[in-house]
Parts: sequence; C-alpha cells; structure tokens
Amino acid sequence: MRKVLVIKTGVANLASVVAGLRRAGAREYFSDDPGEVAAATHAVLPGVGAFAAGMEMLEKNGLVEPLQKRFAQNRPTLAVCLGLQLLCAASEEDPGVEGLGIIPEKVRRFPDCLRVPQLGWNMTEPTPGCALLQAGYAYFANSYRLCEQPPGWTASRADYGGSFVAAMERGSILACQFHPELSGPWGLGLLKRWLDREDAAC
Amino acid sequence: MLTKRIIPCLDVADGRVVKGVKFQGLRDAGSPVERAKTYEQQGADELVLLDVSATPEGRRTALKTVEEVRGALSIPLTVGGGVRSARDAQNLLEAGADKVGINTAAVKDPELLNVIARRFGRQCTILAVDAKRVAEGRWQVVVLSGADDTGLDVVQWMKDACDKGAGEILLTCWDRDGTREGYDLKLLRAAADAVNVPIIASGGADSPEHLLQGVRAGADAVLAASIFHYGEYTVGDVKKYLKENGVEVRL
Repeated sequence: MRKVLVIKTGVANLASVVAGLRRAGAREYFSDDPGEVAAATHAVLPGVGAFAAGMEMLEKNGLVEPLQKRFAQNRPTLAVCLGLQLLCAASEEDPGVEGLGIIPEKVRRFPDCLRVPQLGWNMTEPTPGCALLQAGYAYFANSYRLCEQPPGWTASRADYGGSFVAAMERGSILACQFHPELSGPWGLGLLKRWLDREDAAC
Repeated sequence: MLTKRIIPCLDVADGRVVKGVKFQGLRDAGSPVERAKTYEQQGADELVLLDVSATPEGRRTALKTVEEVRGALSIPLTVGGGVRSARDAQNLLEAGADKVGINTAAVKDPELLNVIARRFGRQCTILAVDAKRVAEGRWQVVVLSGADDTGLDVVQWMKDACDKGAGEILLTCWDRDGTREGYDLKLLRAAADAVNVPIIASGGADSPEHLLQGVRAGADAVLAASIFHYGEYTVGDVKKYLKENGVEVRL
C-alpha cells in the first residue's frame, strides 16, 4: 500500500484529500518537516487558502527547497488547486509575493465579467503527450488560474471565459487546478494513475 | 465549459434526513450516508447537508454525520446550519465539509464572513439567505427558520456579504420552501444581476421543469430535496431533461 505524505498547510481542509487518497488505496501521513518532505516517495501539496499564506507556511517550515528539489528531480508529487498556483512565479492574488518559481509564469484572476470563483464541473481536454491526464469533467473551485502551458510540461485545458490550464504533468509530477479528490470516479482514476508512479529516487 | 450543477439537499436532524414544509412538520427521509451515496451514483454534482437540529447534542451528531458522509462521497459537500463562529466553520471543514454555509450568524455579525473567507478562502465561504417576499420585486432576509424578520433587503445584503468575502450564495425563497410551487424566478433574476458570485437556487422545486426555470432565471446551480427524496425523479432524469433543453450538464 502506498504511503503518501500530505503536507500540513495549517489552513487547508485536508479531509477530502485524505478521503480521496484512501479510496485510491493509499494511506496518508501528515508532515511539515523538510526532511520528511524530501524523503517521502509520494507527496501531496494540497491547496485551499490564499497564495501569500501558502508561501508563508512553506517558507516558515523550510519546505521551499525540498519541494523545489522534488520538482527538479521529477519525483512523485501532486499539487492541488492553490498547490498548482504555488508552483508559479507569482500571483495577482498577492502581488510582490514570490512563488516556488518552478514555472516562470504568473497566475491571473478570471475576468470580472464571469462569476468568480469558478465553482463547479468543467470539461478538461488533454493536449497531446499527456500520460496521466485524460479527458473528463473535473470539479473546480478557483478565482485565479494559469493561462499559458509552461515549456517542458504537458497540460489539459478547460474553458472559462477563455482557455486555461486545468492541470499539467511532467514525469511523475502532477499539478491540478481542479480537485481530483472531489471529481468523482474520474478524479479517482487520475489519483490512482499518479499513485502508480514509482519514485526513481528510491 | 462550466456546467450547471444539480444539488440534492439533505436536511439532517439527529443523524437522520428530514424534510418539512416551511421548515416545520419534519418527516423522516432516511440515512444521510445512504442518501449521499445514492445521489452521487445518480450523477449529483454536489451535496448540501443542512443541520436542522437545534440542540448542542444534535450539532455534535451532525459533525459525525459529516465525517461519515465525507468518507462515502467523492463529490463536493457543503454543510450549513448552526455555524456561529470561525471555530464552528473549522470544525465542519475538518470533519470533511468543502464549503460552509453561514446564515443567521452572518446577519448578526457580517465580519464573520470576512474572518472565514480570509482563513479558509472565499470558495468555501457560502452565504445562505432565506428570502421572504414583502412586495413586488422586494424581499427581506428572515432568520431563525423564518421566525425573525431582520428588516434587511435581500439584494443589498447579498452585495454587502460578497464585499465581506462570501464566494457563493445559497438563496432560498422562504415563501416557497417545501411548497412544490417552483423557485421564485424574479428573486433569482434579481440576485443574478446584483452579484457576480455563483448562485444556488433553493426552495420550492417540484419538477425538472422547475429546475430548468431556475437555470434560465440565472442560477448557476439548482438545489432540491423532496423531488429526489421520494423517488419521483432521479438526478439523472433531471440532468437528461436539462440537456434536452439546451443546458450544459455533466452527464
């Protein structure tokens, strides 16, 4: 059985993530310790809350470097919702706050002509080359999104007042703007495919 | 494209699903976990669980119910009823709610919306409004299951609540709740025009046609209880009907 480290973010609601992982046949453990984040075969960066608060928590606990290392080495890591946004360089949500910078892009707010936050199920379509991501409806709860697919990643896209990155993958790294743990059997399938990835560093 | 959501609602008291008319005369409608599983299988996009038990003991039972439902459910869960403080909200989120509905306590202290939104995000801060029609095109906020008029204008209150941090509005037409006459479409239109957060229509739906009317009046999601509880229609029936009428739904 997979043991999956869920990074304790302090503010996020983790019950749904935990329930999703368990349905996918994994067992979770929680930590905000840099050594454990570096050592875990599978790690989840959950995300509910604001960009600045999320980065502050990662910095305070010394998690920026171990996370950057996991991403550089393509080790099995799942970033959800705000987690995806934290991979970016910056966000319109909190100007001046630096993200993890794995992706040299800025996260932007949906235009005001839309109902924001985007709450609900939207169709996601993978671009060619995706191994984990498949087409299907996913559940979103977000006010900000990444528009440009970063170089070196394959992405699936959805449309809400224009196309945006619904999720992206690179090796064993999966970053979802939607919540796979709330996306029914389709989301469960995605979690299972990610969990099946072996950690090359082990 | 973002689809319209169909949301079955479970009114829960002391661990059982109940349903009444205008919040009175509750009838037993089964086990929350069994209901939740059935609705997810039928294609529900989300579930709302309202704790209508009035006692501290009932509230503790509700937390257990939320945990059990969360474990059985892989779609989003909103929980409301009796949320008085940020601590109450946190307890529900930790038990497995994805969003928290705040009603009376927000009327008493609108800052509560701000506190909860700042700590947990707007997307999980849901304002629940019970609206009572007082004149043509005018509605007042009522609280405590309709027992108290607040004097607040519904449209103005929704705008203020969104400024404070509400990320979605669960709008119940109190006059229609449980009556099976359909949503108050004028109310929905007024709400959809007034704010730009998503609106969940609630109160009075009795047929797929009512749900279609709600969507056409501007609701982003439609909530119903009775029509699903007593097996008249499945969520799938309703979605098929909406699809046939040109509404984007997740099938």
